[in-house]
Amino acid sequence: MNNIKLDLRKVSVFYGKNQAVKEISFPVYENKVIAIIGPSGCGKTTLLRVLNRMHDLYPDITYTGEAILSPEGINLIDKKVDPLKVRMRIGMVFQKPNPFPKSIFENVAYGLRIRGINNKTELKDRVEEALKASWLWDEVKDRLQDNAYSLSGGQQQRLCIARAIAVEPEVLLFDEPTSALDPISTAKIEELIVELKKKTTILIVTHNMQQAARISDYTAFMYLGELIEFGPTEKIFTKPDQKLTEDYITGRFG
Amino acid sequence: MLSRLPLSVKKRLDTVFHLFFFSMGLVTIVVTFLIVLALVLDAVKFFLHEEAGGFPKSLIRFFTETQWTPTFYDKQIGILPLINGTFMIAFISGLISIPMGLLIAAYLSEFASFKTREFIKPWLDFMEAVPTVVYGYFALLVVTPVLQRFLSLFGIEMEGMNALSPGIVLGFMILPFTASMVEDAFKGVPAYLREASYALGANKVTTFFRVVLPAAKSGVLAAYLLGISRALGETMVVAVAAGMYPNLTLNPLEPIQTITGYIVQVALGDLPFNSFEYLSIFAAGIFLFIVTLFFNLLAVYFKSKVKGY
Amino acid sequence: MGEKGFSALGLILSLISILFLFSVTLALLIQGWSRIIDPSFYTSFPSRFPEEAGILSAWVGTVYVMLGAIFWSVLIGVPAGIYLEEYADRESKIARIIEANISNLAAVPSIVYGLLALGIFVHRFKLGESILTAGLTLGLLMVPVIVVATRESIRRIPRSIREAAYALGATKWETLFHHIIPYSLGGILTGVIISISRAIGETAPLITIGALTFIAFLPPEPWEDFIGMLKSPFTVLPIQMFNWVSRPQAAFHTNAAAAGFVLLVLAFLFNALAFYIRYKLRKRYVW
Repeated sequence: MNNIKLDLRKVSVFYGKNQAVKEISFPVYENKVIAIIGPSGCGKTTLLRVLNRMHDLYPDITYTGEAILSPEGINLIDKKVDPLKVRMRIGMVFQKPNPFPKSIFENVAYGLRIRGINNKTELKDRVEEALKASWLWDEVKDRLQDNAYSLSGGQQQRLCIARAIAVEPEVLLFDEPTSALDPISTAKIEELIVELKKKTTILIVTHNMQQAARISDYTAFMYLGELIEFGPTEKIFTKPDQKLTEDYITGRFG
Repeated sequence: MLSRLPLSVKKRLDTVFHLFFFSMGLVTIVVTFLIVLALVLDAVKFFLHEEAGGFPKSLIRFFTETQWTPTFYDKQIGILPLINGTFMIAFISGLISIPMGLLIAAYLSEFASFKTREFIKPWLDFMEAVPTVVYGYFALLVVTPVLQRFLSLFGIEMEGMNALSPGIVLGFMILPFTASMVEDAFKGVPAYLREASYALGANKVTTFFRVVLPAAKSGVLAAYLLGISRALGETMVVAVAAGMYPNLTLNPLEPIQTITGYIVQVALGDLPFNSFEYLSIFAAGIFLFIVTLFFNLLAVYFKSKVKGY
Repeated sequence: MGEKGFSALGLILSLISILFLFSVTLALLIQGWSRIIDPSFYTSFPSRFPEEAGILSAWVGTVYVMLGAIFWSVLIGVPAGIYLEEYADRESKIARIIEANISNLAAVPSIVYGLLALGIFVHRFKLGESILTAGLTLGLLMVPVIVVATRESIRRIPRSIREAAYALGATKWETLFHHIIPYSLGGILTGVIISISRAIGETAPLITIGALTFIAFLPPEPWEDFIGMLKSPFTVLPIQMFNWVSRPQAAFHTNAAAAGFVLLVLAFLFNALAFYIRYKLRKRYVW
């Protein structure tokens, strides 16, 4: 029986008067990879960014609904809930690798520092742990003080993953993490994601259906802001219930 | 590190910093307020002063009398000679700078290679960094003698202090506006407009005058207005080279005095607070402020009309 | 007119302007040569005898006044720039007023700042004709440039970097102090240096506040008597030059030329420094 880590209930997002996400509901199961797929502009990234309150940074974006995080059952997207508290528990990896212009070590350590962790040994250990968990340690262990931009694109993205997992988030959001990377780096990160789900829960937005098919346990298909279908990945990709889903999967439109 | 504080305290810090940054923003408004206050308070005292004839007589005299002698025994307070000097010099500088700047800007934006432009433009901008008193020196001790020698060839005599010399120097001094800023305006015109003209068979010169210049006209006008405003408010070049006596004349070869020159002259002397002489510089100053404000606001207006392509 | 002719004309005029700049430099160099190469010029006070007159009090005054100016302009300008870029709601009335006001202050003639200094700082705030007033006045003059430099540097930081910081749970001030400010420091520094290069040559704002030109003493050293230094009368390089060029004796014009050359060299060096920093920055940050 799968536990629900994050339960989305009727989540809607509005850009001004325009409704970009229309009452989406589906469960995000603990220690699983849930993929959100759909054509460009269907609202999947908009939906993702509600969950760690990114939209709070910009004016004119409003949202309604509930995203219930277990075990306490708090609604992450309730205005009364402090966005800071949400972001302390929900992490994000972005589309284009965005390491800070700091050293490799400092990039990973930053999240720990703002949680008040300053002890040199503890930082060293946790940074090492995070870099090992994102399969970057061997490549950078001798040059932790180098600037993060000296890494390749794929390495930078793994660095961003290390940065995010160093603080042990309960849910990790991925926003099209490999769309800016070459196939080899992409493959590596896909493997990494499957490995990471053992320690956390993963929600990934991707415009690459094959990627979703490869790595996810459950898939949500969105179209024009609505949830068309949600189910186990195997079912979605072989015997979907909705015709629209089938048309998208078979490439009739994209 | 402050990051170790609990979340609630950290959030309160956010408010503290927000307030600090906002208050510094407000300080800039306070500065403008103080400037206006400084000018208005003492200018009003000037116009109410008995030596000026009291209000509203003083205001009428201000705009109608043809001599400006608040420091003399016989106090005439017509600002016209100072306006005359100020605008005459600005006019001369514009006469030189506008056509010259236009051609330079056209060259840089339409003809010059990337390397040439990268070389020339910083020098144009550097002209703004040269201390104006240095320009004043140059006007008085180099340009004036050269002009005197040149004019004597035609039998024309020019005095050591005059309007022509500082006017010419100012013309070069405002090239950052009339050339560099104008060039920015030209660069802002998108390539596809030029290409449409070339495709019809027009050469670069025709394209420049018929397509680029009209398209950039708001930005160009804004640049000119700011350049003239700069010339009107210029102090040191005229203080050194233009003259120390207000003179209502249209002859650029005679010494004149600008509003700014007058303020410097009086400020260099003994200035008992609230004396008539002291107050007169604020009256002159507020007039200058209003005139340059007008030009600046006009420039802002035209800048707002620049089409973002 | 043919393309070639037009282009040649433009090039010639451009070169004439650069030639103008060089003529000015050359004139100062040639006319001031005897004093420029004389080391005592830099260590002597002004004097009735031009051959003995020097810029000691002037350049020391410039240093003290500029330190004050940097202090005030950074104190006010950088936070104001941060406010407009990071905190203000672009549409709000107060933000737009602040923004418009700063643009306006940039175009106010510098002599008007001198009137502000005289009317308000000297006489009404009773700060006297002192280094304190001079530093404050020049600092205010520099504020608009600093604000623009701060805003432009901050604007260059990509959104994704900010979002990365917030996504990790950083507060607004943490994002600001750990990321935004450090990454924009270079651009801000460039702006400060450029405004220094302009302020060093400013005469008009200070000439109204009795920057006397026969100062034959140095202000108290700030580490000995800080308040005394602030209250001290003073002179600065451009004013000393102005005084000398206004004298009829040609010998003083030599001194003026020498002082002017020093000013020009300083302005050039600071500009070059700013250029260099900007170049170095472009290599450091990916944006």
